[in-house]
Amino acid sequence: MEKKLVKCNINGKDVETYVDVRASLTDMLRNDYRLTSVKKGCEVGECGACNVIIDGECYNSCIYLAVWAEGKHIRTLESLLGPNGELSDIQQAFVDEAAVQCGFCTPGFIMTSVEILESGKEYTRDELRKRLSGHLCRCTGYENIINAVENTMKKRLGKA
Amino acid sequence: MVVGKSVKRVDAIDKVTGKARYTDDLADKSALIVKIYHSTIAHGMVTSIDTSAAEAIPGVVKVLTCFDVPDRPFPTAGHPWSIDPHHQDVADRLLLNKHVRYYGDDVAVVIAEDEVAADQGLRALKVEYEELPFVLDVQEAMKDGAPQLHENFKNNILGRTNYEIGNFEEAIQEPGLVKIEGWYNTPVVQHCHIENHICYAEEQAGKIVIVSSTQIPHIVRRICGQALGLPWGSVRLIKPYIGGGFGNKQDALYEPLCGYCCQMVGGRLVKLDVSREETFISNRVRHAIRYHIVTYARPDGRFVARQMEAYSNQGGYASHGHGICAKGAGAFKQIYVDEKATKVDAYTVFTNLPAAGAMRAYGIPQVSFAIESSVEDAAKVLGIDSIKLREMNMMPVGYVDAFSKNCNYFDSLNQCIAKGKAYLDYDRLHAEYAKQTGPIRRGVGMAIFWYNTAVWPIALEASSCRMLMNQDGSVQLHICETEIGQGADTVFAQMVADTVGIPMEKVHVVSTQDTDITPFGTSAYASRQTYVAGFAIHNIGTQLKNKLLNYASYLTGKPSEEIDIVEGRVVDKSSGELLMSIEELATTALYSTEQAEQFSAEGTTQIKSNAYSFGCGFVEVEVDIPMCKVKLLRMINVHDCGRLINPQLAEAQVHGGMSMAIGYGMGEQLLFDPKTGRPLNNNLLDYKLSTTMDHCDLKAEFVENFEPTSPFGTKALGEPPACPGAPAIRNAILNATGVAVNQTPMTPHILFERFKEEGLL
Repeated sequence: MEKKLVKCNINGKDVETYVDVRASLTDMLRNDYRLTSVKKGCEVGECGACNVIIDGECYNSCIYLAVWAEGKHIRTLESLLGPNGELSDIQQAFVDEAAVQCGFCTPGFIMTSVEILESGKEYTRDELRKRLSGHLCRCTGYENIINAVENTMKKRLGKA
Repeated sequence: MVVGKSVKRVDAIDKVTGKARYTDDLADKSALIVKIYHSTIAHGMVTSIDTSAAEAIPGVVKVLTCFDVPDRPFPTAGHPWSIDPHHQDVADRLLLNKHVRYYGDDVAVVIAEDEVAADQGLRALKVEYEELPFVLDVQEAMKDGAPQLHENFKNNILGRTNYEIGNFEEAIQEPGLVKIEGWYNTPVVQHCHIENHICYAEEQAGKIVIVSSTQIPHIVRRICGQALGLPWGSVRLIKPYIGGGFGNKQDALYEPLCGYCCQMVGGRLVKLDVSREETFISNRVRHAIRYHIVTYARPDGRFVARQMEAYSNQGGYASHGHGICAKGAGAFKQIYVDEKATKVDAYTVFTNLPAAGAMRAYGIPQVSFAIESSVEDAAKVLGIDSIKLREMNMMPVGYVDAFSKNCNYFDSLNQCIAKGKAYLDYDRLHAEYAKQTGPIRRGVGMAIFWYNTAVWPIALEASSCRMLMNQDGSVQLHICETEIGQGADTVFAQMVADTVGIPMEKVHVVSTQDTDITPFGTSAYASRQTYVAGFAIHNIGTQLKNKLLNYASYLTGKPSEEIDIVEGRVVDKSSGELLMSIEELATTALYSTEQAEQFSAEGTTQIKSNAYSFGCGFVEVEVDIPMCKVKLLRMINVHDCGRLINPQLAEAQVHGGMSMAIGYGMGEQLLFDPKTGRPLNNNLLDYKLSTTMDHCDLKAEFVENFEPTSPFGTKALGEPPACPGAPAIRNAILNATGVAVNQTPMTPHILFERFKEEGLL
């Protein structure tokens, strides 16, 4: 088994570890860093449950090799809490809008929401549907998830 | 009082922060990995397995095959056990199978130190088969000479329900009746919870401890005991948060096999994590059911007699079996009531497809598609508005089912229909849309449904719970009814708060069930939990409150009937004067050197009632005829599930069911190669689970008729939302195009064929 040293920044902290060159970023985040918000739903890039932000852009970490993370800045759901454990606005919106049921797709959805919100752009509801369409959810019918993202977007843009 | 309020989910913060732990998050990384070798033929006998190459791979610890496992058949269905052998589930499973009955059956396992070695081990196994003819079609499987799957089931028939109310042949002799006839087909679909099934097992303190993504911990413990030949108390089953279940995890899936693997490696920790591709094929699926419905109606629309045949495709193993088809057979005579006669003949038949089991709404989405399509077709033939036709024939107010004793006390169906109609402006649009020409047309459609709450009187309904008060007056609730995403823990907390008289934040629902700690209950299925746990919580909560009142009486010298507990305050009932806080009472009692007591209450509450839940769905679609594409424009479900315990969570539950119905109506279907029985699309790319793009905005409304049998006035809502969507979409396409599509999913492929047949293309 070939191993390689991967140095990267995860949730604001510089870290390094040796990984199996065949390992996915999901495996590294879950197994080496115990960031278990990164969920495995299909492991082939279909469901979005493992979604994380790499250098500002969302990726399915299950089809992103761990070795590709060298030098990258990676953010997972665990990074969103404030210094005293405060929920971020989008996390609070998922709570308030009842956008959470079993919770398994939730971390991935929230990270894509973060990417959408950080763009600073205003999207129509249809555009939000398109931007969220890389995630599968079997519990919610997506309705309250879209509401949570739309409401948070409007609040951040001062339009709520 | 918090029952009836949209309080936030008790698990929401853990779930939006990543703190909620699911099975794989809890598994120690030292676990040995179990991988399953699945059959590569649809039907046959395994004649030999050469394991030598696999065993030689570094990291492979052990290979176990169908030739190693005990010959001890066990059932898997997540039903309460019955002590009556005639009511027990069919025990047709072995841990691994020499006789393989579908493409993907479990033949052998490789246990290895890591996933890579386990996978290499699987690839190195050399399995030889004696192939047997196979059959995939349900009616073909019933014919004489068809391949036989199980010895004791002639013509592959697992179960049959037939009844005749009145005299059908005589009834249809009435002159002037109009006959309407159709065949309706529903597909094989899968639950597609986002967390695949996973479990791990280890021997501890002489027990097999299994942590599993299951809906039904106590039932799975019993099945593991049966499968492994162990006393049931020697198995400890732990259920943490799970990433959805929808009925698939209302079955013992791989917990028995995982426990066996653990035993075979000396009790070491083993983990069995199932891939998405395996989940589609080697877990459970929804029964594909084919229906034939014949309606004889008078020209004024009154149904005089109807007949239904149903053929339910069971796949290779019995699992929940005939119960699904039988439930639909019962619904047929209840949702509509014929004037003279009703005749049903319903079969469940083994075929060489994946085993079908429970899936949200247990046969009612299937039969609703058939019945609600047949009613719409009848309306068209008779030239009567289909809602008027429904109103004329559907279950009347005051109807009582002789078996379940369920009663239609209220006018729920009409109340629900009125709300749905108003939302869409249905009557106006339905008339307008019927006259369209051109390539892009719109349509509106609707469907009604019926649903039972819980399983009484078919099977046991009981729930046990324990409440334990802490020094600060807060309460732990241990209950075996499980949180699977639907919000059960939250509504239980609301019920405890109101029953005991404490604020909701003082209720700690222990979300993880552990069969060594959590009292017995049958858990999440049949839309039973809010209803059944409601009785248990009310009963045990009242017992706890009485203990508190008695102790307060002892402390204050006031008779207990003059004391009450409200919002955590012990008060004089008549004046409202504060006597002490609940904290003071609990702390005093616990540390009393005179009369020490930790307040607790525990027990089993049995329920011998059931309740009808009703509702309807309405949709508006736009059909692009040249492209054979259907776009949803608006969609609403209206439910009477009694009083809402938590309106916001109830709405969310309805959205999820509507979404499942959209998939059922428009996209989802597992396909199999007719030449080999091999699955063709067992992944989330080729199996079209609906995304945000496939949905319109979803609207949920309610009619709240307080259910008189329930202390909280509640009844079924878990499964019902999945029932009316697919037939409503079908009926909207009919309104838009004049074309009746008698099968789901109504994909462009199917619409192309139908539009061509009807001359639209």
